[in-house]
Amino acid sequence: MKTTCLHDLHVALGALMSPFGGFDMPIQYAGIEEEHRAVRNACGVFDVSHMGEVAVTGPDAERFVNHIFTNDVREMPDGKILYGMMLHPDGGTVDDLLVYKRGDNDFFLVINAANIDKDVAWIEKNAEGFDVKIDHQSDRWGELAVQGPDAERIMHDVLGIDGSDLTFYTFKTIGDIIVSRTGYTGEDGFEIYADAEKIRGYWQKLIHAGVQPCGLGCRDTLRFEAGLPLYGDELGDDITPLEAGLGIFVKLDKPEFIGREALAAQKASGPARKIVGIEVDGQAIPRHGYEVLDSEGNKVGEVTTGYHSITLDKNIAMALVDAAHAALDTPLQVKVRRKVFPAKVIKKRFYTPNYKK
Amino acid sequence: MLYYLPTHEYARIEGNIATIGISEFAAHQLGNVVYVDMPEEDDEVTKGEDFGAIESVKAASDLFSPVSGTVVEVNEALVDNPRLVNEDPMNNWIIKVEMSDPSELEELLSPEAYEKVCEAEKH
Repeated sequence: MKTTCLHDLHVALGALMSPFGGFDMPIQYAGIEEEHRAVRNACGVFDVSHMGEVAVTGPDAERFVNHIFTNDVREMPDGKILYGMMLHPDGGTVDDLLVYKRGDNDFFLVINAANIDKDVAWIEKNAEGFDVKIDHQSDRWGELAVQGPDAERIMHDVLGIDGSDLTFYTFKTIGDIIVSRTGYTGEDGFEIYADAEKIRGYWQKLIHAGVQPCGLGCRDTLRFEAGLPLYGDELGDDITPLEAGLGIFVKLDKPEFIGREALAAQKASGPARKIVGIEVDGQAIPRHGYEVLDSEGNKVGEVTTGYHSITLDKNIAMALVDAAHAALDTPLQVKVRRKVFPAKVIKKRFYTPNYKK
Repeated sequence: MLYYLPTHEYARIEGNIATIGISEFAAHQLGNVVYVDMPEEDDEVTKGEDFGAIESVKAASDLFSPVSGTVVEVNEALVDNPRLVNEDPMNNWIIKVEMSDPSELEELLSPEAYEKVCEAEKH
């Protein structure tokens, strides 16, 4: 099992540790609800050093990134970040990722921990014929996410990092660290990439200043409320971005990228399945893998993520259902163990994010 | 008399009635309980098989019955206030079962043996 550069500090804080994406990671410290509310109302800090980093440089770097990535990096200014996916030729998703543009033909890709080996192999395999250098750097970078409405002030007051000039999905390089206005919580916030020694120093300063340490438990409840997908739940090798409702990150007007033809065909015919939001009427909590039924009791899909929402105090879920049952207000049912509960389709962005535009 | 399953359910025995709930250790490990899925009165339960589930924010955990028999009472207070389980799991029981085979109790853990199970799980 891999560990991050903060592992001993999590254990010292009494965190509940559990495997995630091949790493022994903190799930919670004070408790999921308390940490969740700290991020919604003030600020919390997450160790996200498990995320993978790959630098792509060289004369063909821009053309190559555009070849493996659904979004379009051609018009990106330096310091801009785009979200998108890498696809299989059949349109299934290899991974969702962030692409940072550091300069002409100089890109920094941030990928999911659980997919690091698969992604690096995929990137290298598809680089044949391109004049690019692919540098897998996951072992060299730690990463913190400082998230919440107070994040900008805390970055400045505690870490001496001024992020006030950054808007959402932009970044800057300060010496050998990267600071971006990004996150996975539906709140304003920053992510800091640096070496292990600096990440440990930042973490200890933040904890000493009273910033709430937050585990992967609330990272999931927060991203879920904001309608953000998690690879393995709402995205997967057999789920396309169009099925996941992420079509705005797929630029079908680009001349080519891996998976483009499959997605163009799927867009023309309409996806057969879609990720929707579901609200359950009753106390039962819909969990990943539970069956979704139509009003007559026929199975029409499965829950991908579900919670008793901490912010909204409702039992809600995202689910992958047959397109015929995906319209807002469609009555559905969810099977929770032996019982069946009424539900209906609602918007999957359950909580309106507060980003710094 | 008090008995436990290694899966953290307790059975407190008075006469032929087993009062079943989850241990202090389990209540603490789960974090805040948001839903208790309980059977209905007159339902049959079987030793070692699940009779319901207890849900925290993060996950659903099956509840296993320490004894076989018939449900004679469910704790309705947990319907509106599942967090009572966190506050005092020994008094905020989940179901009461009229046992069909009290000899099954011999296979359950004593409080001392259960304590060792918890110690082992604390790493």
